[in-house]
Amino acid sequence: MPMPHDAEHRPSSTLESGLLALLFAGLAIGGVWYGAGISLPELASRHGAGIDAMLNYLLLTVGAIFLVGYCVLAWLIWQGARRSIIVSRLATRRTELLLSTALGLGMALIAEGGVLAIGMPVWAEYFGSPPSNDVVTIDVTAQQFMWNVRYPGPDGVLGRTNPTLIDDSSNPVGVDRSDPASKDDLFFQNEFTVPVNRPVKVRLHARDVIHSFFLPHFRVKQDAVPGMTPEVVFVPTRTGSYELLCAELCGLAHYRMRATFSVVTQQEYDAWLDREQQSQGSQP
Amino acid sequence: MSATAPVMVRTESEHGDHALEFGVLRRYVFSTDHKIIGIQYILTGLVMALVGASLAALIRLQLGWPERQWTFLSQLFPKGMPGGVMTPEFYLAVVTMHGTIMVFFFISYVLVSGFGNYLVPLQVGARDMAFPFLNMLSYWVAFLAAVVMVVSFFVEGGAAASGWTAYPPLSAVAAAIPGSQMGQTLWLLSMAFFIASFTMSGLNIVATVFSLRAPGMSLWRLPLTVWSYFIAAIIGLLAFPPLTAGAVMLLLDRHAGTSFFLPAGLVIGNQLLPNQGGSPLLWQHLFWFLGHPEVYVLILPALGVTCDILPAFTRKPVFGYRWSVWALVAVGVLSMIVWGHHMFVSGMSPFTGEYFSIATLTITVPMTIFGVNMMASLWGGALRMRTPMLFACGVLALFGSGGLGGLFLGNATADMQLHDTYFVVGHFHMMIGGVTLFGTFAAIYFWFPKMFGKVMSEGLGKAHFWLSFAPFFIIFFVQHFVGIEGAPRRYYSFTNYDFLQNTRGENLLISWMAMLLITAQFIFLFNFVKSLFAGRPATANPWEATTLEWTTSSPPPHGNFGAAIPNVTRWAYEYGVTDVNADFAAQSVPSSRVPVTA
Repeated sequence: MPMPHDAEHRPSSTLESGLLALLFAGLAIGGVWYGAGISLPELASRHGAGIDAMLNYLLLTVGAIFLVGYCVLAWLIWQGARRSIIVSRLATRRTELLLSTALGLGMALIAEGGVLAIGMPVWAEYFGSPPSNDVVTIDVTAQQFMWNVRYPGPDGVLGRTNPTLIDDSSNPVGVDRSDPASKDDLFFQNEFTVPVNRPVKVRLHARDVIHSFFLPHFRVKQDAVPGMTPEVVFVPTRTGSYELLCAELCGLAHYRMRATFSVVTQQEYDAWLDREQQSQGSQP
Repeated sequence: MSATAPVMVRTESEHGDHALEFGVLRRYVFSTDHKIIGIQYILTGLVMALVGASLAALIRLQLGWPERQWTFLSQLFPKGMPGGVMTPEFYLAVVTMHGTIMVFFFISYVLVSGFGNYLVPLQVGARDMAFPFLNMLSYWVAFLAAVVMVVSFFVEGGAAASGWTAYPPLSAVAAAIPGSQMGQTLWLLSMAFFIASFTMSGLNIVATVFSLRAPGMSLWRLPLTVWSYFIAAIIGLLAFPPLTAGAVMLLLDRHAGTSFFLPAGLVIGNQLLPNQGGSPLLWQHLFWFLGHPEVYVLILPALGVTCDILPAFTRKPVFGYRWSVWALVAVGVLSMIVWGHHMFVSGMSPFTGEYFSIATLTITVPMTIFGVNMMASLWGGALRMRTPMLFACGVLALFGSGGLGGLFLGNATADMQLHDTYFVVGHFHMMIGGVTLFGTFAAIYFWFPKMFGKVMSEGLGKAHFWLSFAPFFIIFFVQHFVGIEGAPRRYYSFTNYDFLQNTRGENLLISWMAMLLITAQFIFLFNFVKSLFAGRPATANPWEATTLEWTTSSPPPHGNFGAAIPNVTRWAYEYGVTDVNADFAAQSVPSSRVPVTA
């Protein structure tokens, strides 16, 4: 049903399209400028360098596509609104094919190429490193809303646990005191101390709901799931005091389920262990 | 695929003037007319959007000004905000309900069910949906779902507070969080109603597209709007059953003592629970097997309507129609096999992480093709900068920036750092928040004249766009970077962390922008109501568009097309042609008058 052209359908003034083009281009340029000034939390682990490489690769490629894409969109709007008659109706099949395959495959190359060339090797190293002899093992039991931290002590063996023995005030992890291996275990709440440049293995348990062990400076995040014992292994490379957060909604005080993660030199670590063994060993 | 005649053609006597014989109740409340049902869905969804937006305002008040006392709010929420400061449990209930309401009760109702109902029969040239009674039933079940969800705010313990993902054990054990008392049960009940309703509605759309197309309306002549609803409906039908099963299992865990998601040895509130043998990860698989396809159920209609709105304002056909259709089909297929990218750090095997990364990123191919085709649709066009066009351009922009964020989160190695941070919040708001929101607005401005026979105010519409886009973009763009700085999502405040102190300024900016964005929506509401009652009468085809709904009156009569169903002669994008005084030809214009392109 053809209708005569309505006067209000004539091309609108190019002012508005110009503003829209400026808005898109401006947001893209401003966005990239702002984003370039943001950095990840300062890196403090070995494998984290690989994760940062992955993120930086994506920030660069995606940032460039974003900037170009928004500017092209701005240009198309600016140009298009100045016309009152179309200049191209149907693209040839060849043009459609070229544009679709070139850009589709180009984007896949950037995305999959990044995963295969940078991402997977880091992922494989993180999850597949062979066990090391000098690893520091820490057993962590997350609960609403704290991190129970346990070191195996001089015998290197963690005592057995049993959930029926759990008591919030005296035995939050449910350690079986009748197990000799538990005698020298060291316990802490919301405090970790590890030596620098040695692999740390964290065995994660959750007592009640799902929590997530998130060390932003170490590029470590692993859910602690009831009924499972996932492990993460990483090598701290900088001394200092860092913050551990819970990254999986776990209840009211999720937002303050915080712990301190201290990375110290080997000497400081040894001295700390001695001190703790004496003070905790002297307790009944 | 040949131009098949419809299998079920209703005879004229069933429709037409019969509508007038019904009372007001049958015509406007318990109507089986797809147009009324579509409008019912849209109005219900808009009311729910008001609730969802108010919840967003509460979230931003807390995150922007964490210690501030809002005394006037303490009167509104004496329990949730005693003394004007929100409690953490209220905050989590607000976050959970904001997500749930916006995803399931705003976008799903307005864009998917609302416009799906309204547009699909009109655009395929049918007189109604294939199953009109089922359609009415689906709306009333959906209405019930919304009521139950809103009521859950007022029960003991408050609304569900375990996030819209409802991960057990948090959602399964009443002692884990106050919201996991009655609130979570009502949440699950409401979801069950929602799924039932969505299934009826999806079946109807699939059946209508298959069997009620007008003569000549071959699949390759369907507008992209219909394609997108058709594929979204199929995805929904395939993906929802696992969540239905999951929801029943969670209800049983909560009330019948089963242990589907609860392993042995749980101690909550210093009480050892008797459960054993369950797996919390099982829920996550069931949830995301729906959850990921669901985002495409939401986003594809937004992309589809944008593809049909653009040509009306560029005056040329969409670019690469067939490529776009195949891209939609490919996305539909791929969406079913990538759910694990929500679970990279969940404790599932790292090998599956590798698979899900590679599979997820293959979606870049069809999505890039689709996005490029939408952008290239502007290429060489003569643009008319009207309100629907502005919002359609907003969809293009947000689809680009939102889609690019997916390259980070689909990549397991990058996701290890970004998972459950504000990067995720920024990403999904750009996509299932922004693409869908701007798509919804584009659709409302575009089809309002058809629905109500009135023209919306162009000046107010444009003001709405100009005050909405930049704030929206800034809020969610900045959230990506707050995530890169390490801020986790679902946090009541960030004041306890030294390394997050530098996000204070960003959170303040986001909160101010959110207030501006929410305020700007009142322009829309005012425009909507004012135009409804005092808008200029609309002509049958005010945008000079080609699809079949524009060939009938505004609003269309009961039965849609008067005495005879249109005979479709061409595809949906016959723009840039020469006809008597027009540069377009509707799909039913005889081929003798204007040559047929496709």
